[in-house]
Amino acid sequence: MADHTVHSNTLPPNPEKATLEGKNKFLGFWFFLGGETVLFASLFGTYLGLRGGLNGGPGPSDLFHLPLVFIMTMILLTSSLTSVFAIISMKKGNFKGVLGWMLLTVVLGITFLGFEIYEFVEYYHYGLGFTTSAFSSAFYTLVGTHGAHVLFGILWISTLLIRYRKSGLTLTNAPKFYTAVLYWHFIDVVWVFIFSVVYLMGIGG
Amino acid sequence: MSYAKAQSKSTLWDWLTTVDHKKIGIMYLVAGAFFFALGGLEAILMRIQLMFPEFTFLPAQTFNELLTMHGTTMIFLAAMPLLFGLMNYIIPLQIGARDVAFPFLNSLGFWLFLFGGILLNISWFTGGAPDAGWTAYVPLSSESPGTGLDYYVLGLQVSGLGTLIGGINFLVTIINMRAPGMSMMRMPLFTWSSFVASMLILFAFPALTIGLLLLMLERVFGATFFAVDFGGNVIIWQHLFWIFGHPEVYILILPAFGIFSEVIPTFAKKRLFGYSAMVFATLIIGFLGFMVWAHHMFTVGMGPVANSIFAVATMAIAVPTGIKIFNWLLTLWGGRIRFTTANLFALAFIPSFVMGGVTGVMLATSAANYQFHDTYFVVAHFHYVIIGGVVLGLFCGAYYWWPRIFGYTLDEKLGKIFFWLFLIGFHLTFFVQHFLGLIGMPRRVASYLDGQGLNEMNFISTMGAFLMGIAFIIFVVSIFTSMKNKVNEADVWKDGRTLEWTIPVPTPEYNFAQTPLVRDVDPLWYEKYEGDGKMKAAEPLGDIHMPNGSILPFIMSFGLFVASFGFIYHDAGQTWLAIVGLLITFGAMFARSVKEDHGYHIPVDEIKKDLQKEGR
Amino acid sequence: MKYLWRLLPFTFIMLLAGCGKQNLSALDPQGPVAETQFSLIRLSLYIMIFVIVVVFAIYVFVLIKFRDKEDDTHMPKQVHGNKALEVIWTTIPIVLLLILAVPNVMETFTLADTEPTEESMTVRVHAHQFWWEFEYPDYDVVAGQDMYIPTNTKIVLELEASDVIHSFWVPALAGKQDNVPGIMNPMWIEAPNEGVYMGKCTELCGPAHWLMDFKVIAVDPDTFETWAANMVEGPEDVTETGNEIAVEGREIFEASCIACHAVAGEGGNPQGGPALTNFGERTVIAGYLPWDDDDVNLEAWIRDPGPLKPGNAMPAVADLPYGDLNDEEMEALIAYLKTLKVLE
Repeated sequence: MADHTVHSNTLPPNPEKATLEGKNKFLGFWFFLGGETVLFASLFGTYLGLRGGLNGGPGPSDLFHLPLVFIMTMILLTSSLTSVFAIISMKKGNFKGVLGWMLLTVVLGITFLGFEIYEFVEYYHYGLGFTTSAFSSAFYTLVGTHGAHVLFGILWISTLLIRYRKSGLTLTNAPKFYTAVLYWHFIDVVWVFIFSVVYLMGIGG
Repeated sequence: MSYAKAQSKSTLWDWLTTVDHKKIGIMYLVAGAFFFALGGLEAILMRIQLMFPEFTFLPAQTFNELLTMHGTTMIFLAAMPLLFGLMNYIIPLQIGARDVAFPFLNSLGFWLFLFGGILLNISWFTGGAPDAGWTAYVPLSSESPGTGLDYYVLGLQVSGLGTLIGGINFLVTIINMRAPGMSMMRMPLFTWSSFVASMLILFAFPALTIGLLLLMLERVFGATFFAVDFGGNVIIWQHLFWIFGHPEVYILILPAFGIFSEVIPTFAKKRLFGYSAMVFATLIIGFLGFMVWAHHMFTVGMGPVANSIFAVATMAIAVPTGIKIFNWLLTLWGGRIRFTTANLFALAFIPSFVMGGVTGVMLATSAANYQFHDTYFVVAHFHYVIIGGVVLGLFCGAYYWWPRIFGYTLDEKLGKIFFWLFLIGFHLTFFVQHFLGLIGMPRRVASYLDGQGLNEMNFISTMGAFLMGIAFIIFVVSIFTSMKNKVNEADVWKDGRTLEWTIPVPTPEYNFAQTPLVRDVDPLWYEKYEGDGKMKAAEPLGDIHMPNGSILPFIMSFGLFVASFGFIYHDAGQTWLAIVGLLITFGAMFARSVKEDHGYHIPVDEIKKDLQKEGR
Repeated sequence: MKYLWRLLPFTFIMLLAGCGKQNLSALDPQGPVAETQFSLIRLSLYIMIFVIVVVFAIYVFVLIKFRDKEDDTHMPKQVHGNKALEVIWTTIPIVLLLILAVPNVMETFTLADTEPTEESMTVRVHAHQFWWEFEYPDYDVVAGQDMYIPTNTKIVLELEASDVIHSFWVPALAGKQDNVPGIMNPMWIEAPNEGVYMGKCTELCGPAHWLMDFKVIAVDPDTFETWAANMVEGPEDVTETGNEIAVEGREIFEASCIACHAVAGEGGNPQGGPALTNFGERTVIAGYLPWDDDDVNLEAWIRDPGPLKPGNAMPAVADLPYGDLNDEEMEALIAYLKTLKVLE
């Protein structure tokens, strides 16, 4: 593995999959996301089973405010797009571009998280505590687990940004950025499902 | 780190930090064997309590704790880790790899399992073990007083995380790390079945993770998923549990099937009959394993439509399983069968497992299941498949691969005594239990009343359990008395067919001095009878890259172990422990992420020296 | 020889039908539901025995014929497989399974036919840790532990639970259904013959799970009508029969016990214990303790029920409003309890 120090100007076209380690990480991460899919599917199933259990507390149609959630959705979708730009930069060997786009992704992620915390605080003041009803427990657990994933993603990408701020693109860090972006896309897709199943269905049906 | 430096560490530090799949495999085997003995002891205590009607050997509460811990321990802490041990050690050797895909994660998986297992068992000393059965049905579990169930939730969560990591590791290893020529359809069946089992782990364990998360939130933070008065629903837990729990059965049995598919051809001197049918059947079983979870729930009131669908889907699993049985029989047909202890276990498996399999079809008959469900008939059934399948498979694999792993063969004479006592004890214990269930004995009862016709068969069953206990002691003794039977040839059984028998004993740290070139299914057999008896090399001799050891997996797991106490004693105001523990874990993850570790190289001269020593 | 004994289920099941207790065994069905289930059990067993015989025959043959002999040095032919054989042992099991699956699906629907009809009777079964309550909505009757039913009548059961999951099982009459909190599960039973059938809880529900027994008592329809009417009416008034010691016992009962245990609709509470209207007709106490002639078990139960049924909610009598009972007071209370009869 003497080639791990090779610099960006001589990197192969797909630096994230150029080494066996990179390939393993890439494939392993896809499997991990497969498991995460079951994880969220279980949470969605639980939520769908319990969303009618209001116990006299506020329900979806009393709480959800679509404009806010729509803005959150747009922010997260945009952050997915910026992470795509980061990968495009990576393929071009432009490490500055990677850092810049990933930084923007993190900022958007933090904004999203801020909105989510604001949303939860609002609901709490509206009388929806975690223990109020089966619906509230299921709602906070599903959306909260997603929020925890966003938080983890922010910390992860930030760590990468700080660690590699001066290193340039290498065969070691390319897979790291790549998997972080995969992860970010995944939590974005999960949010789209939350938006549809929890919010749209909550207000519509 | 230089090569010389890597060799100069103390033994303890070496084991704590190792990322070598062989050492991790051995640690899984040792820890799994410990928990197996513990679970066996729990079983014996329960059988003593059930020896006589209305016996007062154990209080009912203790009995409920024992039945919970016996099931949980045997499934999560004994059977799976023992299989993981064999998989860890053998799979890289079978596919011609120097290590697994993620050595670091492999070590993390082990330590998570071990700390989870220890956590679960600490509950014995802190006011009572979990008492709601290994299935932990709510609301019995969500409202169970004390901390027992909290230990259950967190212990399984931590060890389950380890299992999930292990599963992903095997999947990537098998896909990416195969030697040249080792196409998927040339892989040994043990590797194949481990691959499918890992796939099941990947898609089944997250459902358990969520179930446990919900139960923890309910117990520790007052959530109301399962609280009927708050609009909750108690059946959701059963669905989540069995969406995990049923595939879990196949996670256990498929690798065992794989072991038999290695041992039977070896000792019949014959290629596995219907290799592609076997692979196909394994895949079908794995797929159907996800479609049938609700057959554990025929009596919860799902309605006749759901019951019928799940009944028919369940029966369908009998077809690929039957295919496997007949292929094993036809592998034996026309062979020259050697009755080594390893093969005895494989041969005993066939009739024993068929008996467990047919009661499985009977249980799948939904309308009749209303009589069988939650009685000793079910207890008999799943012990027939788990002992008759998984445990016989583990002993079979142990005798078969023991010389490969530990460098000596287990005594055949003691092995045969052990085998017969264990097999007779097993059938004695569980055969009568079918009838106990049918004549009115529910499962999970701390005792039974006199005068209900249940006395004699319960006594017989207990005698069988004693026999199994004695047999296991003989096995443990033979481990120590056999140490003189040193092995010094690679192909210990003379008729080895796969790559693990091509390398010296003890296995070198780097496994293969040169990555072998695979030219057929059963590569060693092919070279023996079509080539010159030696594997062709797929690469010239050169430096070998190895990963560095790391203490971080141990620290990460320890952090979660500490954090668990914070959750368990949240109500007692010890939440700070959770924060400290999580900081330790995330700190270690951060360190791992920031520090680049490129491993080290074993110089080619060292390898040449090894080769000379072996006289090759 | 070793494998022959495994074929025994064939004859074994016939022996066992006579073994087990007639009122507790699923192998000796006493009603149409259990009979349906038993016929499926037999059908599946015969198919499975056929499978076992085939596999064992090949197995024994192979083990005898192809064992390694010392003078044998031939190399076995390395057969790859055989497509025709694979097709055969895929098709035959499918056919066998269809033979089982079709009647199973039909019977699953038959057993799910729990719509009440003109002729049927409904009983609500409430399961508690660790006792059973039977409510007869058509008669306004609530009974504890013993479920009286008329013979030859389809009884629709509505299963419910008040605390954790339990499961209602009377092997001789029908397979089980679960009593699930928050959900009503229906099932039906029918008993052609008069008799006492043993019932058990089959879902782990706590320390006394194994003691959560009950009885189904099938009586002829006329007797049942009498029983139900008298359950509303209540047992004979002890003051009218001039049973003075029982009158004294009733005072104790009304001071302490009645808060949880109803008699003929008087007293009791939703979190309380079983109704005792016909307690005098029980043959066991707390679901399992034999009611002996000297009332030793009954007295022990009243004085301190905790250890006799671990985890049950009944307090020791000394902790109740009336306070501890001396021997005469206990005798009086028991005398009263013995008068709680509705049939005779």
